[in-house]
Amino acid sequence: MSAPAVAHRVVASAPVVAVAGALLLTTLVMLVVGVDPALAYPALVRGAVLDGNLEYTVAAFVPTLGMALAFALPLRAGEFNLGGDGQLAAGGVTAAAVALLVPLPPGAAVVLPLIAGAVAGGLVAVVAAPLSTRLGIPAIVSTLLISAPAVSLASYLVRFPLAEPNTGIAQTPPLPDAAHLPALGGSGYLTIGLPLIAALTALWLYADGRTVLGYEIRATGQNREFARYGGVRVGRVAALALAGGGAFAGLSGALIVLGPPHRFVDGALTAPGYTFTAVAAVLLASARPVVVPLTVALLTFLQVGGQGMEREAGVPSQLTQIVQGLIIVIVAVLATLRARRPR
Amino acid sequence: MNVFEWSFLAGVLTATAPVLLAALGGLLCQVAGVFNIALEGQLLWGAFVAVVVSDLTGSAWTGVAGAVAATVVFSALLSGPAVALRADPIVVAVGLNLLALGLTAFLMRQIFGSGGTYSSPELAGLPDLGELGLDVPVLREQSPLVPVALLLVAVLAFWLTRTRSGLRLRAVGQHLDAAQAVGLRVSGYQHGVTLVAGALCGLAGAQLSLGNVTLFSEGMSAGRGWIAVVAVMLSGVYPGRLLLACLLFGVAEAFGFRLQGAGLPQQAADAAPYVITLAALVLAAVARRRRRSYEHA
Repeated sequence: MSAPAVAHRVVASAPVVAVAGALLLTTLVMLVVGVDPALAYPALVRGAVLDGNLEYTVAAFVPTLGMALAFALPLRAGEFNLGGDGQLAAGGVTAAAVALLVPLPPGAAVVLPLIAGAVAGGLVAVVAAPLSTRLGIPAIVSTLLISAPAVSLASYLVRFPLAEPNTGIAQTPPLPDAAHLPALGGSGYLTIGLPLIAALTALWLYADGRTVLGYEIRATGQNREFARYGGVRVGRVAALALAGGGAFAGLSGALIVLGPPHRFVDGALTAPGYTFTAVAAVLLASARPVVVPLTVALLTFLQVGGQGMEREAGVPSQLTQIVQGLIIVIVAVLATLRARRPR
Repeated sequence: MNVFEWSFLAGVLTATAPVLLAALGGLLCQVAGVFNIALEGQLLWGAFVAVVVSDLTGSAWTGVAGAVAATVVFSALLSGPAVALRADPIVVAVGLNLLALGLTAFLMRQIFGSGGTYSSPELAGLPDLGELGLDVPVLREQSPLVPVALLLVAVLAFWLTRTRSGLRLRAVGQHLDAAQAVGLRVSGYQHGVTLVAGALCGLAGAQLSLGNVTLFSEGMSAGRGWIAVVAVMLSGVYPGRLLLACLLFGVAEAFGFRLQGAGLPQQAADAAPYVITLAALVLAAVARRRRRSYEHA
């Protein structure tokens, strides 16, 4: 394919059109409410990558990518996992509890809380599997309904049994030094979480495209009855996909807690909205797993930059949520328009 | 703690009303075969617009009207892509719920100057029925939208079973092609119910922010739209069952509120409606499954 043809395909691809459309609409919103886009957008870029903000963007990229896998993996099997917040909180609080309560040698003090967090997230998510495959309750509803009590439970644990004594703040005491994620280079925010999540993403991409399980997951997602007819144990595959997704969410929670400020602060995991930023990123990638890290990077950039925009230009950072919502709607519309067009 | 007292029943009704109004919209969509899980976002948007308009005009009823109109417009963002263009209704709804969350939080800061919670002495809430002369227990402290919601259950039940247009709507949901073959304007019905569901969610939001309380706070819909989705799943196409499902949620919320008063942590009260809703959903699904296996036996 010639260079112009490649360029045309990229420019006309769904993610590019969706992001361009969403930014256009957002600029309109800015103009309507009287914000100068010429002021807001440079502030957004500075807030994301300049003035020493890049490390915060990278720090936010790690859990967002983790949550993207948490949504994308079950989605490949046709299950919508919208309960990311509950799985994230469960993973975070479990990791904090293990790190605080179990005396562990160095090395294990990091690894075991991470594993415990992933297991907790997986357990919270896998409950939705039999409800979906045996009882016909869509995962999109059950994961959400399970998420709220899981967040409440984590909040309860951090306020009472695990609370830092005599402070009255809803947070655990600082985790022991041995449980801190090893930092890379000078920055405390750049930890081994980044290479870890990158490796897991690569593993998922490989498994999705090149293994039997990955094929069975995709077959289950594309046509459940046909997959069953072809000998795929769809109930088990759906459960595995949901458990795997939940494990990624739980691991993300654990990574946040073991990173700075090295404790579980109530609400700190769910407040930044990693879950739905990730949902938007995955849907934006429109069924091309390889693109997911890129869309996650783009939306994390917008999310973190949005806070810079709020500081500098006084534009509420919730604007980025508007962008994400618009992106999702536009992606859905583009998908159906493309399907109609004769090839 | 006495659950058999008027104030508890009143609390149940107050908690039920916004969910019921949103769920009635969801039921209409389900009857017509439109998968509408954007109730949460629409409810939040309705609650926000109700407060903004009431604050600007000083009239709660104008707030209600504004909420209904604005939420109908918002629901066009679902009906356009999902009905006219046949885009994936789940993906569109997920986007719209996120959009509502961002838009309300963003506009709140632009209009009221700060986030979190907005309330003001000038903000007019809906009157109590007691003030309007209906001084009976349970209803005394409800807004007029509460009896409206209950009445709508009966109206909907009648419409769906006893009128030509109601039966046609059900035909559209049951067999799209057959309905089309007999000459029904299928997409017209589906657009219609999606917009009506928007209007009902507008009412639900107004009831939440001007009836149950008189304030707006970020994310105040707090999952009620999702509970409404579940209520619709539980009740099929029967408004009577829908009322029962929503009352179950109302009992859970009112009960959780009481538990909190009795010294249980707030988190337990927060979780109660979700746990009970999920349990009801599972029990109903198990019962349905068992019934089916008898039929096959």
